[in-house]
Amino acid sequence: MITLSLNNEKVSLEPETPLSLALEQWGFGEGNVAVAINGEFVPRSRYAEQRLVDNDEVDVVKPVGGG
Amino acid sequence: MSDELTLYGKSFSSRFLLGTALYASPQIMRDAITASRCDIVTLGLRRQNPANRDGDAIWQYIQQSGCTLLPNTAGCRSVKEAVTLAEMSRELFDTDWIKLEVVGDDYNLQPDPFGLVEAADILIKKGFAVLPYCTDDLILCKRLLDVGCQVIMPWGSPIGTGQGLLNRYNLRTLRERLPDTPMIIDAGLGAPSQATEAMEMGFDGILLNTAVAKAINPPLMAEAFADGIDAGRKAFRAGLMQKRQTASPSTPTIGQPFWHQ
Repeated sequence: MITLSLNNEKVSLEPETPLSLALEQWGFGEGNVAVAINGEFVPRSRYAEQRLVDNDEVDVVKPVGGG
Repeated sequence: MSDELTLYGKSFSSRFLLGTALYASPQIMRDAITASRCDIVTLGLRRQNPANRDGDAIWQYIQQSGCTLLPNTAGCRSVKEAVTLAEMSRELFDTDWIKLEVVGDDYNLQPDPFGLVEAADILIKKGFAVLPYCTDDLILCKRLLDVGCQVIMPWGSPIGTGQGLLNRYNLRTLRERLPDTPMIIDAGLGAPSQATEAMEMGFDGILLNTAVAKAINPPLMAEAFADGIDAGRKAFRAGLMQKRQTASPSTPTIGQPFWHQ
């Protein structure tokens, strides 16, 4: 297993898990999110090929009210 | 006569841009948007637990409003954070528009002018339409225009303070020196009269959130701001009279009865 950070909380995954699968496992499968890994934007078109590795810092964001 | 606000080639009938945060409920936010008659709303992106659906209703109402979306980079403290969040916003909201915020100070949330120019430069080269939230410094605004910003959004006063227009000299200077640049007063306004004054000074629009969201009756306050913005705009177009030191009668003195030399 690998350990990484999801929105600043520790989570575990199988090694080399694709981002698309990880998002489903974490409950973000319905879409309407945007993702950055280690501070870099990851476009939706790369979710399937993007493999998560140990110590990755994943940010998953959703729309909120803003000023 | 048409008097539309044009930003990045897109025209709007309203000069009021409204924020969507801090409302007591999504329904109140929806009613405030309707009452404001606004065409543009700001919104943001945040980390959320997937089980937390609080933001879903807000997002649904915002979509139903039909307003143009202006996502922000609120809270970003570095160029890299702002650029990454802008890219995430572009994909999720399907818009090139971004209200660029790079915070330079935690106490007054003052924009970091150096980071702002650098981030604006990067984002414009990436194809974004950047609307920078900035201070009222003329040179900063000129640098933002130099890198390709077509709109400037100087603060009236720090975010959420309701202090109104703190530095009229700087704001008047901006208006005089950049007469052809669309400029929107963004942040710090607390009362419709302050919005009216900014519009009378010739600013092109008003962006605010807290003054409406934290009113006792947000929809009514949204309508009050909309009316104030319209009044100020009409006054600017009509041309304000020059102030004078001495009194001058408005009623003619010729033919005055009971007149004695």
